[in-house]
Amino acid sequence: MNAIFKDHESDRRVKAKWWTSRIAIYTALLTWAVICLFPIFWTITTSFKLAPDVMKGNLIPWWDFTPSWKGWEAIGFSPRLIGEVSTVREEFLKRFWNSTIISISASLLAVVLGSLAAYGLSRFNYRFGFMRNSDISFFFLSQMILPPVVLALPFLVLYKSLALLDSRIGLILLYTLMVLPIVIWIMRDQFQGIPIELEEAALVDGLGIWGAFMQIVLPIALPGMVAAFILSLVLSWNEYFFAALLTSTNATTLPVMVASQTGSQGINWWSMAALSSAAILPLVIVAIFLEKYIIKGMAAGAVK
Amino acid sequence: MNIEGDLLHTVTADKISDSRKRLGKLMVWGTALLCVGLAVWQTAYQTGRISSGFDTWRPILYAYMAWATALCAAQVIVNGEKGKRTLFVLPATLFVVSLVVFPLLFALYISFTDWNLASPNGPQPNGWDNPIQMWNDSFFWNALKNMVYYVLAVSVEYVIAFGLALLLNAQIRARKFFRVVFLLPLMLSPVAVSWMIGKSMLEVRFGPVSRLIREFGGEPSFYGTPEIARFMIMAMDAWTFIPFMMIMLLAGLQALPREVLEASKVDGASGWQSFKEIIFPLMLPVSVTAVVIRIIFKLKLADVIINVTSGGPGGATDSVTSFIFREYRDRSNVGYGTMLAMVYLVLIVIFVTVLLKLVSRWMERPA
Repeated sequence: MNAIFKDHESDRRVKAKWWTSRIAIYTALLTWAVICLFPIFWTITTSFKLAPDVMKGNLIPWWDFTPSWKGWEAIGFSPRLIGEVSTVREEFLKRFWNSTIISISASLLAVVLGSLAAYGLSRFNYRFGFMRNSDISFFFLSQMILPPVVLALPFLVLYKSLALLDSRIGLILLYTLMVLPIVIWIMRDQFQGIPIELEEAALVDGLGIWGAFMQIVLPIALPGMVAAFILSLVLSWNEYFFAALLTSTNATTLPVMVASQTGSQGINWWSMAALSSAAILPLVIVAIFLEKYIIKGMAAGAVK
Repeated sequence: MNIEGDLLHTVTADKISDSRKRLGKLMVWGTALLCVGLAVWQTAYQTGRISSGFDTWRPILYAYMAWATALCAAQVIVNGEKGKRTLFVLPATLFVVSLVVFPLLFALYISFTDWNLASPNGPQPNGWDNPIQMWNDSFFWNALKNMVYYVLAVSVEYVIAFGLALLLNAQIRARKFFRVVFLLPLMLSPVAVSWMIGKSMLEVRFGPVSRLIREFGGEPSFYGTPEIARFMIMAMDAWTFIPFMMIMLLAGLQALPREVLEASKVDGASGWQSFKEIIFPLMLPVSVTAVVIRIIFKLKLADVIINVTSGGPGGATDSVTSFIFREYRDRSNVGYGTMLAMVYLVLIVIFVTVLLKLVSRWMERPA
């Protein structure tokens, strides 16, 4: 049947070109998606494998191997063990709890301190000695280039004399210090985007500067603060260097636990896979549900 | 921002009585004296001059915190409304200064001692021995040379990240899905990554990648030769951090002025032309920010190396940080390690300053 509307020859060429570009784009996207997802898929499936499955290189669950709880039993999580008392699970939960407490409190502290500083720097002029606003901002941001090794040893000695070695508070303080520049960077951008007239109106209506900050500015800047908080959370959850040097038994975090297993046990694949999966899952979930905020946080400051 | 006077202008007529000012000053000086006094007492106790003292330095920490609180409170008590403004910045400043400046000064002192945690004598100043030892330490220079390679790898990461950002910015379906998937590697801790990829996927016998290579008739060896081992470390680090640059570049792409792009299309620019002549130049500031921040992160690279190769083979993959980490942990060589760390800090500061200067000079000139 003859079509009523016929494409001209040149239109068809455009269409072919459009299709090739579509295919190229989706191939590239899918390739990279596989590169991103395969290690995660591999780790999670390996945690349900048995030794022969690992050696044979079976990949797809239920199709070429039968999932088993062996790996998860090594850290005390399986339908069989979940009701019983398990020392390995206690151990794992302790590390998990440490990681949670440390990263959440460090991020909270950093967001509070950083937001205050960023607000001050974006609204008032300071003069501490020779330091002007731009110098103070630079001072905060320059902490970003400070490599952790430089601080590691003085802190080791300092914490030893303060009896803070192997304590959560010690790590919280350090992680706060580590993420503070990033928080200030994000929050300064946020506050600069809020019109100053809002606070002026609030001041006219009788609020003090702190009142205006708390009641007017904070609610507006909340999404930015959430972004800064999540980014800090990711960084401090994943931190390994300080945790490895400054903790030994009580306050060790998950990354240290994962690293110590790789060192000693060779290839106890399934349990390592289970441990790694358990260590990455919280942040994977955070990434899936709060992706918007993470992207917002990282995009802040990139675009001016 | 170089605006004189406060952006948020407040006029207040504070009448602060003399007694209130005195109270504020008394608080600050009182707590400061308490802190210094306790510190002197404790030093005397630890050096054995007096017999009674505290077990740890904790009380001095509490006194210091009391002083910091008093200092913050005194701002409002003494300066009134003006002090409330200072109060925004003061806590963060105090926090950073006490956690960075003091330890740095202390590090400077230790770096000129022969301190080994295993030796019973404690730190003994040893003059210029550490710098001389550093000068002759081929492993340290090797690690520095590796850092140059690692930093250069950022350029490749940048190209990939830019490509991905362009892809995500194109007219595609399921954009949110791809964005989340591309973001995932950034969420994973380097330690987990070093097991997931470095130790299990790249395992020579059973790892899926080795299998794939064998399918094609190759013989997998990932950490045998220096070049390949270094490449593997770079690849793992890139895998984790490409999303970071990608997202910054994506934000830049989305903020591009639409009119300019449309105008170029009307003028008949092809895809490559509009990228070369418009998108890339307009993206330069964002690109520079992303690359500089990435380089700063790269300079701290250590976790993956420590956990996958611990510097091997023969120091070929060592970064400065991982090298110093092993100096601390395996040899307890505190004095020397700190000297290396301080030197590295100085080098980084010089490098980043020069980089920023070059970038700002280059950006001012229209391309």
